Amino acid sequence: MSLQITTQNFDNEVLKSDRPVLVDFWATWCGPCRMQSPIVDELAKSRTDVKVGKINVDEEPALAEKFNVNSIPTLMVFKDGKNTATAIGVQSQAALEALLSK
Amino acid sequence: MYDLIIIGNGPAGCSAAIYARRSGMKVLMTGKDGGSLARAHLIENYYGLAEPVSGAVLAHQGLQQVLKLGVDFKEEEVTGLGFSTGFEVTTTADVYSGTTLILATGAAKATLPLPGLEQFEGKGVSYCAVCDGFFFRKKKVAVLGSGAYALHEAQVLQPLAAEVVLLTNGEAAPSSDFTSYTTKVSALEGDNKLRQVLLADGTRLEIDGLFVALGTADTNALARKLGLVTKGRFLEVTAQMQTNIPGVFAAGDCTGALPQIVTAVYQGAIAGLQAFSFMKQQA
Repeated sequence: MSLQITTQNFDNEVLKSDRPVLVDFWATWCGPCRMQSPIVDELAKSRTDVKVGKINVDEEPALAEKFNVNSIPTLMVFKDGKNTATAIGVQSQAALEALLSK
Repeated sequence: MYDLIIIGNGPAGCSAAIYARRSGMKVLMTGKDGGSLARAHLIENYYGLAEPVSGAVLAHQGLQQVLKLGVDFKEEEVTGLGFSTGFEVTTTADVYSGTTLILATGAAKATLPLPGLEQFEGKGVSYCAVCDGFFFRKKKVAVLGSGAYALHEAQVLQPLAAEVVLLTNGEAAPSSDFTSYTTKVSALEGDNKLRQVLLADGTRLEIDGLFVALGTADTNALARKLGLVTKGRFLEVTAQMQTNIPGVFAAGDCTGALPQIVTAVYQGAIAGLQAFSFMKQQA
């Protein structure tokens, strides 16, 4: 299922992950983010070879700043500690799969 | 509160209105102009037209048919979309709520070939003030555009940003309290994020964010406000005209299907009937 990512666990859970990680930057006041959330959860269920995490930009502004997130939802894929793909705006499950395969 | 709000009064919007209204729904249709059909010179290939008619005449007939059925029609420009009780549609004149929503907004405008526009998307360039204004609190932002929609976006940003300016890209500045630059925009510049705008006269304006609001809020802009999944410039829909958001449907050119009246009318009918089904399920 989707993990809550914070500044505390970012290093361990995302950068040091042995599996690719899909990160969903969101906020409670963001309507489109609420549309993205179930799509991301569905992906988490179907892709056990991938780790899925969510970052609340209100609670973790430093992480949003660090990755230059200026628009949400923003989806990022990390592989071996590197950001390999980024997408802005609501992504379909197919689009998320495509991001993961880059 | 309406059962259904339809954005767009072309063949797709009108067809949806006809089917929804005849199913008993309380329908509001908004439209800013006749759209693509009204601008078409002569229609010869649409069923039933033994004698060709102008696009404007056919568009007018479609609208009259809808009005006769008792559909509320507001000739107002939509500037915002959101969620409250149901879906909230903001126009230049008012705010309306609907249980279901159909976007029949037509072909999206081709994007402005502005260097840096794509590169800085999400890194300073945004298409939705209400969505992303938060990230530009106490920063300097510019709104690219000169119409009612641009002013609307600027007003959304005003309480949040340190400064909001308008870049009209060669058009006359609208009357407002915002500082306007009417020189054409040549390029967006920056490094890992947007840093400045280069105008055609060589001036550089330092800005942290640029909100694109050219012309009216088109399919793409509206999609971003709600979180609708798009495929390029089009809204992604199922065979039942459903978008990724339950209760929101789309029909016509905005779905990327064959851009013909016949497609729009078909899709509009499906969307209207699906909206009715959805409403019944909610009850």
